[in-house]
Amino acid sequence: MEVKLSVQRCHPDARPASWWQDYTVDVPEHATVLDALLAVRDDQDETLTLRCSCRSHICGSCTMRINGRSTLGCKTKLDAARARLREGEPIRIQPAGNMAVIKDLAVNLEGFFDKVKAVTPYLQPTGPEPEREYIVPNEAMLTVREAMACILCGACVSACNSLEAEPRFLGPAALAKAWRFTEDPRDGRDAERLEFLSSVPGGIWDCTHCFACVEVCPKDVRPMERILELRRRSMEAGFTDNNGSRHSQAFLDTISRSGRLDETRVAMRSVRGPSELLEWTPVGVKSFLRGKVPLRHKPIPGALRVKAIFAAAEAQGRRDSKRGAR
Amino acid sequence: MALSHDVLVVGAGLAGMRAALAAQAAGADVAIVTKVYPVRSHSNAAQGGINAALNPEDSWESHAYDTVKGSDYLGDQDAIEILAREAPGAIVELERMGVVFNRDEHGRLGSRNFGGASHARTYFVGDFTGQAILHVLYEQLVKSGIRTYNEHFCSQLLADGGGAVAGVTAFDMRSGEVLQIGARAVVLCTGGIGRVFEPSTNALICTGDGSALAYRAGAPLMDMEMVQFHPTTLKSNGALISESARGEGGYLLNSEGERFMKKTAPNAMELASRDVVSRAAQIEINEGRGVDGCVLLDVRHLGAAKIMERLPQIRELGLEFAGADMITDPVPVLPGMHYQMGGIRTDVHGATPIAGLYAAGECACVSVHGGNRLGANSLLETVVFGRRAGAAAAEFASGRKAASLPESLRDDEERRLRTLVERPGTERTAALRLEMGTTMTRQVGVFRDEPTLRDAERKLALLRERFAGVSIGDKGRLFNQALVAALELDFMLDLARTVVAGAIARTESRGAHTRVDHPRRNDAEWLRHTLCHHTPDGPVVSTAPVTITQWEPTERKY
Ligand SMILES: Cc1cc2nc3c(=O)[nH]c(=O)nc-3n(C[C@H](O)[C@H](O)[C@H](O)COP(=O)(O)OP(=O)(O)OC[C@H]3O[C@@H](n4cnc5c(N)ncnc54)[C@H](O)[C@@H]3O)c2cc1C
Ligand code: SF4
Ligand code: SF4
Ligand code: FES
Repeated sequence: MEVKLSVQRCHPDARPASWWQDYTVDVPEHATVLDALLAVRDDQDETLTLRCSCRSHICGSCTMRINGRSTLGCKTKLDAARARLREGEPIRIQPAGNMAVIKDLAVNLEGFFDKVKAVTPYLQPTGPEPEREYIVPNEAMLTVREAMACILCGACVSACNSLEAEPRFLGPAALAKAWRFTEDPRDGRDAERLEFLSSVPGGIWDCTHCFACVEVCPKDVRPMERILELRRRSMEAGFTDNNGSRHSQAFLDTISRSGRLDETRVAMRSVRGPSELLEWTPVGVKSFLRGKVPLRHKPIPGALRVKAIFAAAEAQGRRDSKRGAR
Repeated sequence: MALSHDVLVVGAGLAGMRAALAAQAAGADVAIVTKVYPVRSHSNAAQGGINAALNPEDSWESHAYDTVKGSDYLGDQDAIEILAREAPGAIVELERMGVVFNRDEHGRLGSRNFGGASHARTYFVGDFTGQAILHVLYEQLVKSGIRTYNEHFCSQLLADGGGAVAGVTAFDMRSGEVLQIGARAVVLCTGGIGRVFEPSTNALICTGDGSALAYRAGAPLMDMEMVQFHPTTLKSNGALISESARGEGGYLLNSEGERFMKKTAPNAMELASRDVVSRAAQIEINEGRGVDGCVLLDVRHLGAAKIMERLPQIRELGLEFAGADMITDPVPVLPGMHYQMGGIRTDVHGATPIAGLYAAGECACVSVHGGNRLGANSLLETVVFGRRAGAAAAEFASGRKAASLPESLRDDEERRLRTLVERPGTERTAALRLEMGTTMTRQVGVFRDEPTLRDAERKLALLRERFAGVSIGDKGRLFNQALVAALELDFMLDLARTVVAGAIARTESRGAHTRVDHPRRNDAEWLRHTLCHHTPDGPVVSTAPVTITQWEPTERKY
């Protein structure tokens, strides 16, 4: 069948700006977007540059944006890619986002791997070495495996909204990797890991829960859920001396008190103390001038009932943790 | 400044990373050159598992015997004994590094059945064992701080005045910069040659670069005719449906709904050796009892729950590339090129006949697989012999002064590559590659005979000539994948000819090599390895004896 592709190209050594180039290829019915791109490279244009290897979504090489969505070229059937397009409209192919382009669809991955390296990504057992293997329940291994399924393709990083604003953010892939060790019963350095992840610039508190990583991950790793769990665990472990956990505590407090968010209070309580408050004053003033800082915070009608819901949830939480349910 | 290391490992798959860690543990300054980031290596693809006789009821002797028998007695028994003896330690070591192996009800390592094995001795991580181990070795690599030249393509082996290997040239594919890296010892761990065939279950990077580099440098390639055809690959794109589907109890059916394996392997049935199952499936297809050129793999009776827990990825592949949901439908499959048993000849320490040159993993041939590799023995080979080769290379390096190579070698290589990029021509890499691959599949496949092999030999010689007319479609320096593709094709054309030369020479049927014109195994003449030597006019074949320790050859029955 014939398909039309429009590829965002970039050859920094030859042309100053990127450009869009259209191709038409004839490929079999079952083909993927990657197959189509390879047909282009083989038969029409050997300068088209893209990484790929396994063709079966296991090596993590072929991450790209297809019609704006970050995904793997070898996991996207042409039919699916064309499903929402108008008759004759080409499939749009762009390099992964949040990473600098080297050439065409090949982006610079050094920063991506540096962030993986930053989370101490290896097992650190602390107890005595067992005689043979570690004895651990299969269920624990099945849980850890949810994150081991990650192929480090970077689709999540390409789609991550926080990374656009904060390039230091460790990002969904590295944090999912970090989670794998805190979850592994064989690892003995949970506390150090949680402390680092909650205090380092670009750590777990920089995620905005936009769900993008969960949605695009080809391996169902659900990085955002791992990050939320890391936050919960680091607060439980007492690592609360950081803006993120203060913010989340203040958030809860104001809602439980008045039934709705008290932005001013949350903002004031998220920072460490008077000196940091001073740092943020210009932002506060600007927000005030734009009418974003309400001076009086009114509880919603029935705020007391909200309080009761919170109390019930907390009690349930205590019962659950006593039973060891997680 | 010239770069230099004690030990340089080429390749960052399981064998390469294991070798590098072992060399570092032995005190060497180590670096890795790899054409893809380590976690992109093809070891990822292994779904099924890794073998070891860990259970008290099992024994290394039993594992070794199964391997010898599986190899159709072409495996070297000293190497096989080492493989089986060191397996339990290797698996436990991987577990302690952090691999999330499946457990039994007591929390100990849990195993599954695999083809050609008399015990359930295959250890696994769901159906992504290779990925799970590769990523954990990568974690260890990060921990070690070993320098890794990522996305660097090794294009040449360098020798000192005395003929010993003294380093490599490699270029950073991203920038095009050519490097000369000196080394007291080089370990080749460049993986399989799958792309010599079209289709193949192998990834696009499996182009046998290291095997070709060693061959051209004068190291012989052993048993190259021994190419494994996996019985269950998908028609549409050659993708593999892992043996674990049969290990968990899947059936193979012909168009009449018959479990045809009962005709050739009434005991082991679907779990007979791969060569046996592939031949049986190909016969069904050839004799008209196939379904659209395939046979059927049926796991429906396992039930949705087991399929989802143990075979989720395999089901996904079936859904995507065959349009069949294994929970409700059988999947059409056929034999396809999967693994190269042959490779760079080494001793049990990974040493090749060239001083300073070592090899391990799929590119090497010790030989533990002989005529046919058992499933889940190859991951094992990468870690056992990767470790041995790394340690031996470190020891060799410590006893040798660094050769002082002229730095002009770098410039020579840069000039050679530039000339290649700029040379005029009318041939295209992709067209030649496809011709080579389809020739190999059609004429050097499951069933072979002399006239067809001779014809393939002629065609390959012609392709070799036409390669001189290939023009590279990208003239730039930056990420020039057209250049890489041409270099890979250049390597593969050499390798294809060694496969054919070995297949012509071996006038018998053994393991994966089936000669219709010589249908019997011939121990009197052919209990021997073939060795391919490089000459300007093509490969020249000699032979070498097989090492037998305790298992005398007998007829194989499953
Ligand atoms: C689909 C599939 C399933 C499999 N399942 C199993 C299984 O269940 N059990 C089992 O035991 N075996 C299995 N195998 C076989 C097994 O996966 C491989 O034999 C093994 O992983 C090979 O590992 P390796 O380290 O030798 O090479 P690879 O993992 O292939 O690594 C090769 C390395 O060499 C590098 N390289 C290559 N050329 C160059 C160059 N020119 N310059 C620089 N670097 C270079 C690459 O970058 C890469 O890092 C399977 C194979 C396939 C194809
Ligand atoms: S949920 Fe968090 S980590 Fe995931 S994409 Fe959004 S901001 Fe990034
Ligand atoms: S979490 Fe998912 S999307 Fe992100 S790198 Fe891993 S596999 Fe890719
Ligand atoms: S080619 Fe490996 S993930 Fe797409």
